[in-house]
Amino acid sequence: MTKQPLIELEGITKVFGTGPAAFKALKGVDLTIDRGQFVAIMGPSGSGKSTTMNILGCLDVPTDGIFRFRGVEVQRLNRDQRSLLRRRYLGFVFQGFNLLSRTTALENVELPLLYRGEKKSVRRDAAMHALDQVGLAPWASHTPTELSGGQQQRVAIARALVSDPNVLLADEPTGNLDSERSVEIMELLGRLNADGITVIMVTHEQEMAAFAKTVIHFRDGLVASVERGARNLEPVPDSTIEGAA
Amino acid sequence: MFGATLLLSLREIRRHLLRSILTTLGIIIGVAAVVTMVTLGNGVTASVQEEISSLGASNFIVFPVRTDRGTVRQFDQGDVDAVAQQIAGVEVAAGNVRSNATAFYNGQDWDTQVTGADSAFLQAQSIDVVEGRAFTSEEETSGKNVCLLGPKVREAIFLPDASPVGETMRLGSVSCNVIGVLEERGQGGGGADDDDTVMMPMKTVQRRFRGSDKIDYFVLKYDSAYSASVIQDALVDLLRERRLLQAAEANDFNVIDTAQVNDALGAVTGALTAMVAVIASISLLVGGIGIMNIMLVSVTERTREIGIRLAIGALAREVRLQFLTEAVVLCALGGLAGLLLAFFASVSLAGVIDVPFVFDPMINILSFVFASAMGIVFGYYPARRASQLDPIDALRHE
Repeated sequence: MTKQPLIELEGITKVFGTGPAAFKALKGVDLTIDRGQFVAIMGPSGSGKSTTMNILGCLDVPTDGIFRFRGVEVQRLNRDQRSLLRRRYLGFVFQGFNLLSRTTALENVELPLLYRGEKKSVRRDAAMHALDQVGLAPWASHTPTELSGGQQQRVAIARALVSDPNVLLADEPTGNLDSERSVEIMELLGRLNADGITVIMVTHEQEMAAFAKTVIHFRDGLVASVERGARNLEPVPDSTIEGAA
Repeated sequence: MFGATLLLSLREIRRHLLRSILTTLGIIIGVAAVVTMVTLGNGVTASVQEEISSLGASNFIVFPVRTDRGTVRQFDQGDVDAVAQQIAGVEVAAGNVRSNATAFYNGQDWDTQVTGADSAFLQAQSIDVVEGRAFTSEEETSGKNVCLLGPKVREAIFLPDASPVGETMRLGSVSCNVIGVLEERGQGGGGADDDDTVMMPMKTVQRRFRGSDKIDYFVLKYDSAYSASVIQDALVDLLRERRLLQAAEANDFNVIDTAQVNDALGAVTGALTAMVAVIASISLLVGGIGIMNIMLVSVTERTREIGIRLAIGALAREVRLQFLTEAVVLCALGGLAGLLLAFFASVSLAGVIDVPFVFDPMINILSFVFASAMGIVFGYYPARRASQLDPIDALRHE
């Protein structure tokens, strides 16, 4: 192997509960995602896409199987070690935006850097740069209630970007937005992907999945199919996806 | 790291400003109550000690008591002289007699007390003459009609601007020449107002008001280098001998050591202060439980926020430290506000109950440290709960 894939899942299972009430959410998922990919994960509810997303986000650990992130076996790490992975390499965007209320856009975006222990001037500059990237620099001192849904999601994306992550994990990022705002957000994610960030997104909307280079379909806790993206915004060579079910 | 946590905590407090203020109210009131009570207690102690010291430090007060047979044998000048001459360490011994009389001057009258006492008494009790002069020994031995006014009497019947010294006034049927004014002393040991009196030489009062050469009580001032108990023993022995008491007979007189009274009263006021401080600190404790209550509510209410923090990479101990810091900062700010409130409350209440304001840095520091420590104690459990939340559940929380 010449190049270590960014993410490797091998025989991942996840069981919730024990005994007769046990529910097997993932039944052996194998997946490889390279750097620079833009992946959309689709599937009906209960198909295991959210569980996979939580494992990819190092928020949860598989019951069985191997999850390598940058070559590190994440399932062997403890809670705090996984926190440090998230802090260093991952950025999250949620359906419900999840900004801190009564806190300005700038302070929201600064938050990950506070946990990294960055100096105030570094925090300010990086947060302003991230807000600028999402086109919200003039709104830095506004609180979430003073922003529209699309703007709030862009602040959330800026917060995910500010720590310069390898991977942006987006869980239904357009779920709470109208179609026009949704397209704006998807174009933004596409641009960030073109700049080199790997984007992994869960969505149930076909139009949004169309922005991805690769679409992975889940069904019944397994990867059902992998299709190369119908519409790539930017051509990115040398990126492959190998999925097998 | 800690600087960042402090910043996070301060931002949280600012986000929920009203709730933060209401939460700290318990601490504010608790600290204010404790500090105010102790400060006022110190004021009361100081004021009691001041009154005791008006009896004179290192003083004995000796007075006759009723015997089993129902008789009172009064002392006379012979007893006082014997004590002064025969007991080592006694600096001054001086008798005192009292009688009631009405003072008249310039058409005004005032019911007051005539005190017969010589310069030795003024010396033993450290009473100053603020205007005019004290009695001369010639006036004392010949029993002249001269008098020193207590400040109340001066105020009651003399004009405020003109000096009464040199004026002639009348006490009952006795006319006397005012030679001076006594300093203000306040309430005396026996509950009588020491300022509402006219003082004349002891012999004058014995002759003109009492018609007897007996005295009511005498005071003696001793050199503090001597042991008070040795002097007291010698005093009791001498007086029993002079009064021909048999070994089986009880003392028909009483000796009070002002230093002992001072200590006893100091102990009582100290105990009372401690008691009210303990009662007040219960309110501080209740305030601390209030903090815990609000912090627990806050953890539940902010579950999603905690999930966000964990998702973006906060460590469990960072979340715990943040909540703990919030609790401690709230308690410390409440403590400071409480000290400020206590300062104003103590100053104004000290004025109302007429005791001095005695600032005690120790109780202020102690209350502040205690309040902050309560933040740790009552903030720990909610903080631990916050840090143990599962990020996925927390993010899903509505």
